[in-house]
Amino acid sequence: MVVGLEVHTELKTTTKMFCGCANEFGSEANTNVCPVCLGLPGSLPVLNVRAVDLAMAIGFALHSTIASSTFHRKNYFYPDMPKDFQISQYDLPINSGGHLDLPDGSRVSIERAHLEEDTGKSTHLGGTGRIHGADRSLIDYNRSGVPLVEIVSGPDIRSSAQARAYASELRGILIATGASDGRMEEGSMRIDANVSVRRPGDPLGTRCEIKNLNSLRSLQRAIDYEALRQVELIEGGATVRQETRHWDESLGETSTMRTKEEAEDYRYFREPDLVDLVPDVTWQERIRGELGPMPAARRAALLARLTDPTSAQLDALEVVVDLGFDDIVLAAIDAGVEPSLALARAANELASGIDDIANLTTDAFIVTLTMEQGGELSATQAKTVLLEILAHGGDPRGVARAKGFEQLSSDSLGETVAALITEHPDEWARYREGDEKLAQFFIGQVMKLTKGQANGKAVIAELQRRR
Amino acid sequence: MTSPLRREDVAKVAKLARLSLSEAELDEFTAQLGQVLEHANDIAALDLEGVVPTAHPFGLINVVREDVRRASLARDDVLAMAPDARDGRFAVPRIMGEAP
Amino acid sequence: MRSALDIARDVRSGATTAERETASSLAAIRERNDELNVFLFVDEEGALGAARRVDERVARGEEVGSLAGVPIALKDNLCQMGVPTTAGSKILQGWRPPYSATVIGRILDAGAVPMGKTNMDEFAMGSSTETSAYGPTRNPLDVDRVPGGSSGGSASAVAADMTPLSLGSDTGGSIRQPAALCGLVGVKPTYGLVSRYGLIAFASSLDQIGPFAKNVTDAATLLEVIAGHDPMDSTSLPEPAPSLVRHVNDGVAGRRVGLVRELFEGADDEVVAEVGRAATALRDAGATIVELSIPEIHLTLSAYYLIAPAEASSNLARYDGVRYGLRVDGDDVAAMNEATRTAGFGAEVKRRIMLGTYALSAGYYDAYYGQALKVRTQLIDAFRRAYLETDLLLGATTPSVAFALGEKTADPMAMYLSDVFTIPTNLAGDAAISVPFGVGRAGLPIGVQLLGPGRSEARLFAAARVLEVADERS
Repeated sequence: MVVGLEVHTELKTTTKMFCGCANEFGSEANTNVCPVCLGLPGSLPVLNVRAVDLAMAIGFALHSTIASSTFHRKNYFYPDMPKDFQISQYDLPINSGGHLDLPDGSRVSIERAHLEEDTGKSTHLGGTGRIHGADRSLIDYNRSGVPLVEIVSGPDIRSSAQARAYASELRGILIATGASDGRMEEGSMRIDANVSVRRPGDPLGTRCEIKNLNSLRSLQRAIDYEALRQVELIEGGATVRQETRHWDESLGETSTMRTKEEAEDYRYFREPDLVDLVPDVTWQERIRGELGPMPAARRAALLARLTDPTSAQLDALEVVVDLGFDDIVLAAIDAGVEPSLALARAANELASGIDDIANLTTDAFIVTLTMEQGGELSATQAKTVLLEILAHGGDPRGVARAKGFEQLSSDSLGETVAALITEHPDEWARYREGDEKLAQFFIGQVMKLTKGQANGKAVIAELQRRR
Repeated sequence: MTSPLRREDVAKVAKLARLSLSEAELDEFTAQLGQVLEHANDIAALDLEGVVPTAHPFGLINVVREDVRRASLARDDVLAMAPDARDGRFAVPRIMGEAP
Repeated sequence: MRSALDIARDVRSGATTAERETASSLAAIRERNDELNVFLFVDEEGALGAARRVDERVARGEEVGSLAGVPIALKDNLCQMGVPTTAGSKILQGWRPPYSATVIGRILDAGAVPMGKTNMDEFAMGSSTETSAYGPTRNPLDVDRVPGGSSGGSASAVAADMTPLSLGSDTGGSIRQPAALCGLVGVKPTYGLVSRYGLIAFASSLDQIGPFAKNVTDAATLLEVIAGHDPMDSTSLPEPAPSLVRHVNDGVAGRRVGLVRELFEGADDEVVAEVGRAATALRDAGATIVELSIPEIHLTLSAYYLIAPAEASSNLARYDGVRYGLRVDGDDVAAMNEATRTAGFGAEVKRRIMLGTYALSAGYYDAYYGQALKVRTQLIDAFRRAYLETDLLLGATTPSVAFALGEKTADPMAMYLSDVFTIPTNLAGDAAISVPFGVGRAGLPIGVQLLGPGRSEARLFAAARVLEVADERS
C-alpha cells in the first residue's frame, strides 16, 4: 500500500485567525462570533501574529523551508463556510519541504505545512421524510475562523502501522512546539488519509481519500480496510475509482460519499483583503530560538540516563515523554532519585493525575521519591502521597504526617523484628544460613503487625544487622 | 464574429455560482458575456512573460494583529438576522454530500 | 443649501443648532424624494438623536468636530448598525447590520448627522443607478436623465440640496462619474487611504469610499475626517489622516500638469472643449501643461472587466440564504442557495458573477484573470513613469453629460464604456478628483478629472480649487 497523510491541527491561540473572537472549545453555540468570522457583508480579515509564529515553529520542527507566502481564496459553497470561500494558502505556502523521522528509523517526507482558517460545525437532524418536515442541519460558527495548519506528507508511508507511528510522532511534535493540544477527541487534530495500492515496482495506483479520522486507532483500521478493499477490487478485475470515502467506526468500513460528476473547481486566486507575509530573518530566528527539544530529542535525553533499560522502562519512557513529564523526571534523576523509580512513578501516578499536574511542584516530586528511596516511605505510601498532592495540593512531609505515615522509629522496628525472630526460630535459622527468600517472610510479618506502615528496606537492614 | 463562449460553458459556470438561468437568459447571457470576452481576448493575446502580477499597489506587507480578545457579538443579535434559527444555531435544509 | 463648513461653524458658534439643520434636511428630503428616489431609508429618528447629542455637547462647551451638525447621506453599501442596508439588492432586503463601518464612527465623532441610506446600482455594479432593485434614481438637474452610478443616490442627495455632503464608493468611477453628471466635486482616494471595513465589498482590490460635496473645501474636510489607518482593514495605509484642508488654497504655481490624450479621446466635443479650457485655467494659474500619451490605458477597460467581476464573484458568494437576508427555500441546501440567489440578484449582478467565475475557472485563469493582473502592473508602471515628468494629470471624467434613463440599459457594453476615463485610476490604486467645469448641452454640467499618484490628495485639491475659482468666474 501507499499512504499519504494530511493532518489538520487547530492552533493553540487565544483568538481566531482573522478576528478577536475566542478560540475556545465547548462554548455555547454561536457565542464566539463577530462580523469577521461570520463573514458579514463589509467584514475584513486581519491576520493573528501568534498563528504565524506557531506555523513557523511547526515549520522549524519539521525541517521545512520557511518562505514569503500569500493567502489565497478557495471558493466553494458549503453552509459551514460563512463566506463560501476559505482563506488558505495555495502555491506559496509558509512552509515547504521537510521531513519527519520515526522511532523505527524510517523517514517520511513533508511536502508543505500551510495556514488556513477552520469552518463552522454542522449537526444533522435526521428526518422521517419530507411530509413530517425537519430534515435539517444546524450550524454553529464558533469554530469558524479558528486558525489551522495543514501538514501534507509525501506518499512515503507503506503500512498502517507506519501511518499510526507518523501521526503519533507528529502529534508529539505539535504539542512540543506549543502549536497544538493534540486532543484528537476534541477535533483539534484531524487526519485525512490518501490510500492506494500497487504491486511492488508498479507505478502509483489510483488513490482514495478517507476524510476526518479522529483517533489513531481509526486511522490504522481505516487504512487497513481500505487497502484490502482496493486489493480485492483489483484482483476481482475491477478498477479503483478515485473518490472520497468516509470511515464508519462502528461498522468498520469505508463507504463512498456521493460522487459528483466533475471535480470541484476551487478557482483559487490571491486573497485581495490580505497582504503578503514576509517573515524576515530576525522574526524567524526568534521563533527558532524559542523552540524547545522535540520528542525524539527528549526521549534520547532520558534514555541516556538509563543503564540497560528493561522493556517496561522503555515503555514508561515513551509515556513520560508523550505526557511531557520528562523535565520533572530528569530533575529527579539529577537530584539523586533512581531513574527507574522516577520513570515508574511518573508513568503511573503522575499520568493518572495528569489533569491536576499543576498541583505538584518538581520539588514535591523529588522530596517524595527521596523519602521513598531513603526508607521513610513505603512504595504504597509514596504513591498515596503523590496522588494526594495531585488531588489537593500540599507538601510531601505535611501530607505524610497528616496521613499518619509516621516513620516507624528504629527502636520499635527493632523490637518488632526481635519479637518475630523469637516467634519463628526455624525461619530465622534458615535465613541466617543464607536463605534470602525468608527476608520476604519476615517483611510480610512485619507488615501484618504494623498494618503496612513499615518500610521494606528498613526491615531488611534490621534483619541483616541481626544476622 | 462568433462568441468565444459556448452555451454549455455559461450553464456550467452558472451552476458553479449557484445561479439557475432560464433558456432565454442562457442565450442572452452567452451573447453578452461573449462580447465582453472578445475584448478580454486582447489581453489574453498579450505576451506578458516576466511581468509580476500586482498584489497591493503600494507594497504593504506583514500587516498583523496581536493575539488579544475583542468583544464578540451577542448571540441574540446574531440569530436575529437568521432566516431560520433553532436551538441557538442556524438551520438550513439538509446538506447533501460532505464538504470537499 | 449652505456649505458644510458654514453649517459646522454656525453650529459650533451657536448661531444655529444641529437639530434645526437636521429638520431642514428632512424637509428637503421629503420634498423631492418620491420624485427622485434618492433615499432608500430616511433615518429620521436616528438623525434627530444624533443632532440632539451634538447640540448637547455644544451646550456643555465640548469640542464637536469639523462636521458639527452637518447632515450627511450614506450610500446603501455602508453598514450602519441597526439601519436597513441593502446594497441596492433584494437579497439584503430588511437586513440591519449588527455593526457599523469604520467611517461611520469617524463622521459621528466629527459631529456629522447621518440622514439615511441612498440608492445605488445593485452591489455597486453599474454606471447609472438603473440596476438598483428599488428603482432608478433621477438626476435632480433633469429628472429624465440618470445621475450616474453606482453612487447615484449619494450624488443626487447633494445635487438636490438634501444634504451638503454624502459618502459614496468608487470601484471603476462610481463616485467621480456621478459627481460629473450632477455637477459636484467627487473624490476617489488613494487605495487604502480610507478604511473599507463595513463597506459591502464589490471588488476588494479596487473599492474605496469617498466624499461628494458642492465645493472643494467641503470635500477635503470630509475626506480628512474619514481617512487614516484602520487596524480592522489589512489593506489600509499605515499612516494617520493627512492634512488636506490646509492645502486647498496652495495654488498650482510651478506644477507640471500632464494632459493625457487617452483620458479624453473619444469624449463628446463639448467635454473635450472643457478639458482644454481647464488646461488653460491651470496654465494661467502658473502650471506648465505637458502633452502626454499613456497607451497602456487602452487595455484597462478589458483588464477591469476581468479583475472586478472575478473578485465580485467571490465576494458575493456569501449571499446564500443561510445566515441573513433573503431565503427562498429548497429541497436541500444547494437548491436553497440557488433559488435564493436567482431570486435575489438582478441581471447585471448575475452577468458579472458569471463573467468573474468564468475568468477564474480552471483552464481560463492564466489567460484571463492572471493576464489582467499583469496588465495592471504595466499600467501602474506607466503611471509611475508619467509622474516622473508631471505632478498631476488632467482629463475628462466621463465621455458625455448625463444620458437619458433607459438609453444604455439594453447594451451592457455601452454602459461599461462610460467608465473608460475613470477605471485607470482604480487599477493603479492612485487618487483622482472630479470637479465641475463648464456646462454642456441643455445646461447639463461637465466634470473634468485630476489624477495624481498615491497619497497626492493635497495637491489634487489645490488644483481642483484653482479650477473651481476659474469656473466660478467664467
